[in-house]
Amino acid sequence: MARLNLLLLAVLTACALGLVTSQHKARALFAALEQEQERARNLDVEYRQLQLEASTWARHSRVERVAGQALHMRVPEAGRIQVVVRPASGARVKP
Amino acid sequence: MNFATSPVLELNLPVWRSRLLMLAFFSGFAVLAGRAVFLQGLDNEFLQAKGESRYSRVIEISANRGRITDRNGEVLAASTPVKSVWAVPEELKLQQPQLGRLAALLGMQPREIEKRIGDAGGDFVFLKRQIPPEVAQRVADLRIPGLFQSREYRRYYPGGEVMAHVLGFTGANDVGQEGIELAFQDRLAGKPGSRRVIRDRLGQIVEDVEDIRPSQEGRDIALALDAKIQNLAFSQLKAAVELHRARAGSIVVLDVATGEVLALASFPTYNPNNRARLSGAQLRNRAVTDTFEPGSTLKPFTIAVALESGRVTPHTVIPTAPGSLTIGTATIRDAHAEGNLTVEQVIQKSSNVGAAKIALSLPAESMWNMFESVGFGAVPHLGFPGEVTGRVRPYKHWRPIEQATMAYGHGISVSLIQLARAYSVFARDGELVPLSLTRVAAPVVPQPVVSPKTARMVRHMLELAVQPEGTAPRAQIMGYRVAGKTGTAHKQENGHYAPNKYVSSFVGFAPVSAPRLVIAVMVDEPTDGKYYGGAVAAPVFARVMEGALRRLSVSPDAPIKPIELPPEGQEVKESV
Repeated sequence: MARLNLLLLAVLTACALGLVTSQHKARALFAALEQEQERARNLDVEYRQLQLEASTWARHSRVERVAGQALHMRVPEAGRIQVVVRPASGARVKP
Repeated sequence: MNFATSPVLELNLPVWRSRLLMLAFFSGFAVLAGRAVFLQGLDNEFLQAKGESRYSRVIEISANRGRITDRNGEVLAASTPVKSVWAVPEELKLQQPQLGRLAALLGMQPREIEKRIGDAGGDFVFLKRQIPPEVAQRVADLRIPGLFQSREYRRYYPGGEVMAHVLGFTGANDVGQEGIELAFQDRLAGKPGSRRVIRDRLGQIVEDVEDIRPSQEGRDIALALDAKIQNLAFSQLKAAVELHRARAGSIVVLDVATGEVLALASFPTYNPNNRARLSGAQLRNRAVTDTFEPGSTLKPFTIAVALESGRVTPHTVIPTAPGSLTIGTATIRDAHAEGNLTVEQVIQKSSNVGAAKIALSLPAESMWNMFESVGFGAVPHLGFPGEVTGRVRPYKHWRPIEQATMAYGHGISVSLIQLARAYSVFARDGELVPLSLTRVAAPVVPQPVVSPKTARMVRHMLELAVQPEGTAPRAQIMGYRVAGKTGTAHKQENGHYAPNKYVSSFVGFAPVSAPRLVIAVMVDEPTDGKYYGGAVAAPVFARVMEGALRRLSVSPDAPIKPIELPPEGQEVKESV
């Protein structure tokens, strides 16, 4: 009887320790998940800021100014523009 | 030890005394046990809450406001988190060196900060709102007691003044106040949520307990606007308003096939990123919220009614000599006495007398029906805040002189966007297209207004009006066939027409063989001597149309040769 009790006590202790370990692991994993989610949020914020920055740099008025003044580009005259009509979808343009 | 000799045992005490003592002890235990059962079993909420508050926290989940993009995905407005620095003056401990550093970081004078704290007196004062997160971090590193930060959002508009009137802006709490920001507030706004979590000693979240309120990110909105065409339209409008020293101007570019608004600009404007000094004039989105008497741009509708009724054909001759027409006490005049004009030429030369004579041969009801069915006098249902209806008086009260002046666009008022939309009837074989600020995916359901035959006849007349013999040769574009009509109207002031204040306008579309775009331009009070729609508004139309057609890769439908302009001084003057 006493031996059985001792055995049960050992099993119980093992179970308890297992529970503690798994709970600890779960919490550690959850904390890691939280951190990654936080990182995702921060990256999203950064992405938005970069998008804004890209839009600011790509402002048409700025592009036009840089093209005209720094790169000495100009709009071609109407006579030198050839409009190529894209064939209906599905058809391929032969090279 | 000899117990028998203990003097205590020798005393023969009464039994009840020990019983009493035992009873007292047990009842003491019973009370404690009862209390324990009560606290832990019956009324355990209080202690449970106390316990939870030691480890669980409610944290807010912030939600971003949605982005606004143009039709090609270019970001026109987006929010990013910023910090606001606030103080509790009673708890604030701010010594001299720290004050100096704080002031430098916030870009304020130390005296200014002290004044703010002094003025507030109570328990809360904002020191500075909306500072970038990097600066906020350095402020936090100063570790000043009584100084706190909170997270806010700030909205940025990379397009600046170019898009200002379309997009509008948001207030301090990220709530839309004007334009799209207000019109689509429900869709753009995110719903912040909150959840309960367990934190450990290090402040890390280790367990999710419950979602109290789920958060919802604001939805992005893709507008129909084309950033490049918008920029072109705005810069040309601005140039024209400045060149002609005008008070204001607006321009609308519509896609004929879908009714999408590709560009919408007004001038004067403002920078939505810096709204320190704003006047009402800058804020007004004139194309949508202002009405004006359109003048001759309305003549094609009168002619369309006449053509529909079968009373005239494009070649019917209307005598307009001697260039004036007296109805009652009022006289309608042409800029030039023209003699006999065909209906086509009435449009081409923009003859008021011709249009009035045609109008007087028509029942008032049919004209009113036309105005009503092309959307005048009704809200354009664009979804913009402050859309106006314009004014079309009920036909039962029209006097003949009113019917005659309405034929050429006086005594009636419209907004520029209504006018642009109405011209889709001629660009689209007689159908009126519904307008949309956002991208249109499904085919639109247009509303038939006039027969395709009438629409084509009017379209041909409008093409004649931009020929060298018409009123708007400057609306021509190399390589494309263009059609359109000028308008020049006296402005009304205090119920009278001001003799030297004009509204110049031009509405047209191209390419005529298969119209793609309708563009309407309005310039308010040009003061540099030129005021005819053909001289002020038509060149803006031509440049924007040319750039936009090229942007959309529309094939030219006319031979590419230099534009013919009439010799100097021989331009056809429009009747005002």
